[in-house]
Amino acid sequence: MANLIKALPARHLVASMVTALLVLTGIPAMAAVERAPATADHSKFKALKGPFESASEVTEACLKCHTEAAGQIKATTHWTWLYEHQETGQTLGKSKVINSFCGMAVTNEPRCTSCHVGYGWEDMNQPPPEADSAVDCLVCHDTTGDYWKFPTLAGDPTYVPREWPKGSGNMVQPPDLPKIAQNVGASGRANCGSCHFYGGGGDGVKHGDLDSSLVSPDRSLDVHMSPDGGNFSCSDCHSTWGHSVSGSRYQVNAKDTLGIDIPGHTDLSRASCESCHGGQPHEKEKLNDHVDKLACQTCHVPAFARGGVPTKMWWDWSTAGKLDENGKPITTYDEAGHVSYLSEKGDFRHGENVVPYYAWFDGTVEYTMVDEQFDIDNPPLEINRLDGGPDDPASRIWPFKLMRGKQPFDTESKTLLATHVFGADDSSLWSNYDWPKALKFASEMSGMPFSGNFDFIETKMYWPITHMVPPADQALRCGSCHSGESRLAGIGGIYMPGHSANPWLDRIGWLVVALTLAGVIIHGLLRVVFRKRKQS
Amino acid sequence: MSRVMVYKRFERFWHWFQALLIFSLLITGFEIHGSYSLLGFGDATRLHTIAAWSLIVLWLFAIFWHITTGEWRQYVPTRDGLFAVMHYYLIGTFTGAEHPYRKTTKAKHNPLQRLAYLFFKLGISPAIWVSGLLYLFYNDWPATLAGVLSLEAVAFVHTAAAFAMLVFIIAHVYMATMGHTLTSLIKPMVTGYEDLDEPAGKP
Repeated sequence: MANLIKALPARHLVASMVTALLVLTGIPAMAAVERAPATADHSKFKALKGPFESASEVTEACLKCHTEAAGQIKATTHWTWLYEHQETGQTLGKSKVINSFCGMAVTNEPRCTSCHVGYGWEDMNQPPPEADSAVDCLVCHDTTGDYWKFPTLAGDPTYVPREWPKGSGNMVQPPDLPKIAQNVGASGRANCGSCHFYGGGGDGVKHGDLDSSLVSPDRSLDVHMSPDGGNFSCSDCHSTWGHSVSGSRYQVNAKDTLGIDIPGHTDLSRASCESCHGGQPHEKEKLNDHVDKLACQTCHVPAFARGGVPTKMWWDWSTAGKLDENGKPITTYDEAGHVSYLSEKGDFRHGENVVPYYAWFDGTVEYTMVDEQFDIDNPPLEINRLDGGPDDPASRIWPFKLMRGKQPFDTESKTLLATHVFGADDSSLWSNYDWPKALKFASEMSGMPFSGNFDFIETKMYWPITHMVPPADQALRCGSCHSGESRLAGIGGIYMPGHSANPWLDRIGWLVVALTLAGVIIHGLLRVVFRKRKQS
Repeated sequence: MSRVMVYKRFERFWHWFQALLIFSLLITGFEIHGSYSLLGFGDATRLHTIAAWSLIVLWLFAIFWHITTGEWRQYVPTRDGLFAVMHYYLIGTFTGAEHPYRKTTKAKHNPLQRLAYLFFKLGISPAIWVSGLLYLFYNDWPATLAGVLSLEAVAFVHTAAAFAMLVFIIAHVYMATMGHTLTSLIKPMVTGYEDLDEPAGKP
């Protein structure tokens, strides 16, 4: 025995003792995803030695081997920015929808198209450029972190040193394209995040559950993506099929009844919690009784914007354009140090650790399209609407970021308006702070009608919350909902013990209890009184 | 007068264990209902469920005991002497009258007690249990049941029965103090023995 112990290296002994201790103390072990070694070392390919004049030349080199990749990309929503909704029949996608941030991508090229998975989409009245070499391979497959689509170049990185942000003095250097090309690999969090973390014009602005804190999050921020947890890349859940990525915000899988995805049995898309955790994931049976009515995220994402990056909760465009006495744009900050006013953009309110808004949801989202007449007398206008309700077995209660604000609309045609906010021309809002001019130009540029008369209407927009899942011990407690001050107060269509109760039953019940107590006390007092009288 | 065994060992165990469980169920139950916050909803629910299952098991034993010993006859209602007992509690107890009922081991509950306990056993308890089990297994209701019944209705009945239980207990505990002395009725429930007007030595 002594020999055996001596034979074991001391380090192993310590490690196994630590492991045993962890097992004994019940700390759940979560193994980080292991990646299979690549079958190709891209630094050995002659085609990737360079030199490259542009990123699109790198794409040409990629396509020499990956012959089908460009065609696959061009069939995806990432390329077309179009989405035909099977349930509602609406044509959605970034080319079509309006949101409550900067309005539409249309008329704001090349700023918005800097996040297109391609190069050179300067005019969204036209489809994206047709050449295969216009596909951007590097934004998704760069592993060096040095590739950056410059914000104003319609998808290209900069090829000369260029200042960003404007006026900051910070010079962005051209990327070393041969080095980047020789180091391509599977997409990581930072790849997807380079666009999806910065939606709405900045870090964390749009989603609330997607921001740069997820590049390397703590376990307590996101147990799946944390290097100390699962170290998942986005595509571990958003599984792909020929470059088509699963998991859509327009048609959410609000209740995955397929459960754990097994090859040969299911669709193999893993963009739902149930894909890995199954339909009965809790050890405590009573918790499993909740999964028919509650999305996993409702309890397991207790708050969003938890990583130190604030998200915009309110954006009032109607106040944009105020200038100081010198005619210069104004910037103000709130107590937390977040921007609260910009002459370019109006008033903001930011939030961190935000408690979600909850609603019944069957996964289908309908949009108020830009050409759609709406009821201007009953604000706030819903930019998107959530389908589903308590009586629909396909619906569950989901968490959302509720984005609110004020947006311009056409007072005559009663429609929303495309907003030309970005552009080097003299008409964009951000160059001259003149709303009428910017709206008129947007109409001319996009062909969308504008009567010339406009006002601002309060709007709201729902963003499903699904990321930033902490370890299970940080999930909501029972009392978060089963209490007087329930998070789900007002949700409707559900009886929640501890929150819902018939007020008349309580009034009558406690009255009877009180009367009984009073009767007993009076009877007892009378007994005492009469006994004393008898004794005296 | 002789000292006789009125409440046998099982009966006493049943009574006091049931009392403990019912108090636990009332305290946790009204927390689950949302009347106050004590243990937290999760712990209250867990304790409530454990106590409920314990009470059900206890009752299975008690039902078996009642049937096999014939003790169920103690709860057969009678009108004979009912009004005399009611009159005693309302008036006689103050004027110094004697309790009109003569307790024996064969009929140890007075007519009012019989009625109250029968209502407890056949009214309140079954209502609580049926509604409670439906409540507990809400997610496993067959479709036919789910079509006609709502959780809200089940919770309503369960809570209403809990109020009835609370009222019963207040009255029951108070009336247990109405013997010759404050504790003369409670002592036999602990020791099993009471002085009755019947020959000693009977079981």
